[in-house]
Amino acid sequence: MATNLSSSDLTTLRETARRLRRYIIEMTTAAGSGHPSSSLSAIDIMTALYFGGILRYDPQRPDWPDRDRFILSKGHAAPALYAVLAEAGYFPVEQLMTLRRIGSPLEGHPNMRRLPGVEASTGSLGQGLSIGIGHAFAGRMDGRTYRVYVMLGDGECDEGQVWEAAMCARHYRLGNLTAIVDHNKAQQSGLVKDVMNHMPLAEKWRVFGWHVQEIDGHDMRQILDALAVARGVTDGPSVIVAHTIKGKGVSFVEADWTFHGRALSPEQAKRALEELGWS
Amino acid sequence: MELVQATKRAIGKATRDAFGEALRELGHRYPNLVVIDGDVNNSTRTEWFAKEFPDRFINVGIAESNLVGIAGGLAGCGKIPVIASFACFMMCNAFDQLRMSVAFPHLNVKVCGSHSGISIGEDGPSQMGIEDVALAMALPGFTVLVPADEVETREVVKAALEHQGPVYIRTGRPPVPIVYTDGCDFQIGRANRLRDGNDVTLIANGLMVAAALDAADLLARGGIQARVLDMASVRPLDEEAVVAAAQETRGIVVAEEHLRWGGLGSAVAMAAAEHAPCRMRFVALEGYAESGKPEELLEKYGLTARHIAQAAREVLA
Repeated sequence: MATNLSSSDLTTLRETARRLRRYIIEMTTAAGSGHPSSSLSAIDIMTALYFGGILRYDPQRPDWPDRDRFILSKGHAAPALYAVLAEAGYFPVEQLMTLRRIGSPLEGHPNMRRLPGVEASTGSLGQGLSIGIGHAFAGRMDGRTYRVYVMLGDGECDEGQVWEAAMCARHYRLGNLTAIVDHNKAQQSGLVKDVMNHMPLAEKWRVFGWHVQEIDGHDMRQILDALAVARGVTDGPSVIVAHTIKGKGVSFVEADWTFHGRALSPEQAKRALEELGWS
Repeated sequence: MELVQATKRAIGKATRDAFGEALRELGHRYPNLVVIDGDVNNSTRTEWFAKEFPDRFINVGIAESNLVGIAGGLAGCGKIPVIASFACFMMCNAFDQLRMSVAFPHLNVKVCGSHSGISIGEDGPSQMGIEDVALAMALPGFTVLVPADEVETREVVKAALEHQGPVYIRTGRPPVPIVYTDGCDFQIGRANRLRDGNDVTLIANGLMVAAALDAADLLARGGIQARVLDMASVRPLDEEAVVAAAQETRGIVVAEEHLRWGGLGSAVAMAAAEHAPCRMRFVALEGYAESGKPEELLEKYGLTARHIAQAAREVLA
C-alpha cells in the first residue's frame, strides 16, 4: 500500500524534519542537558506521523475524543515530541527554549498534566505500550475509530512490561494499535548488543503474534508506506521496527553513543547546525 | 472458612465479597466503569462484575505492571477503571506503574488490593499484603481506604467511585464480624465513632475494628471506658477526631493488620505529634508471618482484642 504523497510533499516533510532537528539541538543546548541523540533518531518518524497525513488531531482541541493518539513511551526523547507539538501548533515555537527550566511545562520528560498534546506522562521506561493498550481498549468499547501509536526505544525493550503488553495486545487482537520501535542500537551505557542483546528484535515481535514491518526509519517514503500498511492491519496489533541511527544528521553525534543524556556544547551545536544546513 | 477470631459479634461476609457485590451493582450506575484483573478474579471477586458486564471486564493474565498501565490509559480516555489483585502483588509488583501511570498524572483509577494482612491464613507470607497501605500512602494524591466489614465496604466502594482521583481500597479474604449492624454512614476523611469513652481511645481499621470493640468490652470490665474510632479513611485522615481523642482521653492505641511502619499508626502518630502529642501504643505487625489458621496467626502475631486491651492499659499506666 503506497501513500499518495507526491515527491514535493516528501521534500516538504524532509524540510520539516530538518527544521525540527534544529529545534532539538537548540533547545537541548540552551537547557544544557537532555537527550538530543535519542530525539534525532526518532524525529523523522514523528515528522511523518504528525505532518505526513497519518495522525488525526486538532491542536485547538487536545482532548478531542476521536483524535488519534501518539504516546512517546521513550519519554527521554521529549525534545522531539515538543518540537513536533510546537510545529503542529499546540504551543508557540518560542516556548521550546524554556525546555527543562523551572516553571516551564516542557519538563525533562513529558508531563501530560502540564502540556497540551502530551497523551501520557512517561520517562519510567516500559510503560507506554500498556497505556496505549488502555487507549485502544477504550476506543473499542466506545466504538471510536481512532488509532493509537506508541513509540518505544530498543533499549526500552529490556523492560519486561513491554512483553506483558505485547502478549496482551495480541491476545485481545487490538487492531487499532501500532507500536514503533526506534531501533537506534544504543542505550545509556553502551550499544544494545553489548548491554542486553535482544537481537533479532523484529523476530521477537513476530513470535509474539504481531504484524511486523522492518524499515529504514530515516527514509520518509518507507516510513509513510509502513504507516499506511499498519493502518490497514485491523485484526491485531502491528509494529514497525524502524532501523535508525542515534544522533542522525550530526556526524560526530552519530559516531559517539556517549551523547545519550548529554546536550551539545554551544560550539558543538554550531557545528551540528552547519552540518544540517543551518548556518 | 474459619472465623477470624472469637467474638460475640455476628460474622458477616468477607470484605472482598462485599467489594465484588458492590462492583456488580455499581456497574449499572456507572457505564464508564471498567474492571481489570490480573487473573485472580475468582479471588478478588471481580468475576461477579465480569459475568454481568463481560464487555467491560479485562483479564490481563498474571501481569500486574501491564494491568496498571492499561488502567492509566483507560482513565486518560474518561473511563473509571477499577483494578484488582492481591494487595501484595498489586502494590509491590506494580508500584512503579502506580507511581508513573496513575499517581503522577493523578488519574481516576480505583485500585483494590484483596487478601490483605495475615488473615489469609494457610497460603502464607508470600501471599500476605502487609506493606500495601504504606505503599499506597507513598503515592501522592491517593485516597487510602480500609473498610471494617461488609457494610462499610459497600459504602467505601460507592464513595471511591464518586470521588475524582486515585483511590486504594483494601479488602480481606476471611469472613469478618459485622461492626455496622445498623447501617454505615461512611465519608472519605471522616472517622466513625463506634463507642464513647473518655479514658483511652482505640483507633483501628479493617478487621481490627471489631477487635477494638471487643477490647473496649474487656477494658470496661476493669472500669476503663474506651472510645473506639473506625478510621477506614487513612488518607485523608480525620485529624480533628485524632486531636479530640488526644485531648479528651489519656492516650491512643492504634490497631491495624499491617506493618507498624507507614500505615494507620504512622498517620495517626503524625497527626497527634503535630497537633496534640499524647501517649500512644501501636498494635501492628513487626514482620512477616507464616502459614496457619487465620485466628491462630492473629493470636500469635499479636492482633487480638486482648493485645489491644493490654496496649491500652500500658497507655494508662
